Amino acid sequence: MKRDPGLYDYLPYHRRPRIEWPGGARLAFWVAPNIEFYELDPPKNPTRTAWARPVPDVLNYSYRDYGNRAGFWRMVEAMDRCGMRGSVSLNVAVCDHHPEVIQACVQRGWELYSHGTYNTRYLFEMSEAQERALIQDSIDAVRKHSGQKLDGWLAPALTYTERTLDLVAEMGLTYVCDLFHDDQPGPVKVRDGRLASIPYSLEMNDVIAYNINLVSPRRYGDIIRRQFDRLYAEGADSGTVMCIPLHPYLIGQPYRIKAFEDALAYITGHDKVWLATGREIAGYFLDHYYDAFAAASQPVHDL
Amino acid sequence: MISDDYLKYPKRRYGMDHELYDWSILPRRSPVKWPGGARVALWITVALEWFPLDMKGQPFKPPGALQTAYPDLRHYTLRDYGNRVGIFRVMKALERHGIRAGAAVNGAVASRYPALIYECRNKGWEIVAHGLDMDHLHYEGMADEKALIERTLRHLPTVRGWLSPAKSESRLTLELLAEAGIEYVCDWVNDDMPYRMKRLYSMPHSSDIDDYAILVNNHHDEDEFRNQLCDQFDVLHEESQSQGGRILSISLHPWVIGQPYRIGALESALAHIMRHPGVWPATGAEILDAWKTQAGSEHLL
Repeated sequence: MKRDPGLYDYLPYHRRPRIEWPGGARLAFWVAPNIEFYELDPPKNPTRTAWARPVPDVLNYSYRDYGNRAGFWRMVEAMDRCGMRGSVSLNVAVCDHHPEVIQACVQRGWELYSHGTYNTRYLFEMSEAQERALIQDSIDAVRKHSGQKLDGWLAPALTYTERTLDLVAEMGLTYVCDLFHDDQPGPVKVRDGRLASIPYSLEMNDVIAYNINLVSPRRYGDIIRRQFDRLYAEGADSGTVMCIPLHPYLIGQPYRIKAFEDALAYITGHDKVWLATGREIAGYFLDHYYDAFAAASQPVHDL
Repeated sequence: MISDDYLKYPKRRYGMDHELYDWSILPRRSPVKWPGGARVALWITVALEWFPLDMKGQPFKPPGALQTAYPDLRHYTLRDYGNRVGIFRVMKALERHGIRAGAAVNGAVASRYPALIYECRNKGWEIVAHGLDMDHLHYEGMADEKALIERTLRHLPTVRGWLSPAKSESRLTLELLAEAGIEYVCDWVNDDMPYRMKRLYSMPHSSDIDDYAILVNNHHDEDEFRNQLCDQFDVLHEESQSQGGRILSISLHPWVIGQPYRIGALESALAHIMRHPGVWPATGAEILDAWKTQAGSEHLL
């Protein structure tokens, strides 16, 4: 095992090439709904169990199913009203189980990127061939169901091997959401190719807010506003990125949707905010800043 | 080492990965009309529960389980407070608006406190079966589930609805409940409306709009509890204008909401809700009956 993931060099926040987003925007803003399928009775994995309770975990399974049946549709309407596109972190099996959900995303010009096949199939301890097969499945499914080239990656249930990001880059993806070390994009050191890390944020993630930190819906709206205010102010010096990762089973609950929509409207109501997708932010960064950021970064020497 | 079978997906297909119910999109269904042109059916479920002092907590501890070494008098008695005191505050708060609730009753509560069940029936509340007690969960591999369900229903005759303790089910539970004559279950939280399962109906009993979840688990205060109930109602009420009848499902535990300092939050939320036109307070069975008459045969078993 490694002591350091070896995925990025050190680059202090205040000494970096200055980022200017398109149109002079201070902040690149993106929303990443996680559209997921959790299996009722997934195969056993040696590294973790899928459900908190014995199978069938009716409560937790049905809670997630709510996202696709009900929550997604409410979330989509709220985002439509704010003129916000989504960049979907997709368990690609949803293309087969719920094509109507995929169609609703594609019709709106939303991006689909990969969040693995199912949220109940984990990468831990996979062989390279297995991992390649799983990534290829995502590339094929996204192309088949949306016509899009797969560009982004967020590992299913945040599970990895040491080589996951190397393979993702080698197989033609351009960005990952798995690293939480920064408020700006950055180069990822992979075996081959150029891969960007795009800030995704666990702090803004509704799963962390609601299931771990147990905040109230109105408090979540307040958290989003505070995060935005600071990143927007700092973006006057050099462009920042803000992401809100969502889960329709949580944010699409009636008692949560209004406070979220109000916070979203607050952000989209500002000028100098680039309402972007993950792919667009990664593309712009790779074209304009990747090389300068890589050159400015300082290699890390372990003890 | 991960077996190559781990990358095979035999249930990757259109719809669900099981046969228990069909995939269905809430906003694409025919709009439902409630009696009298109501927009939101108000369905309150009050859990009347008993946690045995010698609780084993198998295969997992249900919400509200006893916690200390035996004998855990502090948690046992606080839960029982709900059945002695808290429930009567809840009844009074509901009665003010003419709201009849569903009481989700452990078989043990019916046996131990018949006077409480009498009060519920007397007020026109619906009795819903809530398992034998809070230490009899339903799970895969449990011993003789059929006998447990029969034993529970002996204490709760004529019920139409079932809420498993902690929403726990084995793979057989739905089948066994249907065989025992149960018409609807309240364990599944994947919808805002009733839907048809294989041999019975699912009713949208909430795990979120729940006093234990908000006040005890999430540590939110009473004002927040009130806000969350009101926000849930406001969105459903607005949605009903374009999408047809909706259900505001509220789940209560008298040992939680029935505390003197908390009951006012429920009263305040109910005052907000009942001020609106088009609110139909009803029991689960009444809501299900109204729903079943709607929009054709896709609803009927």
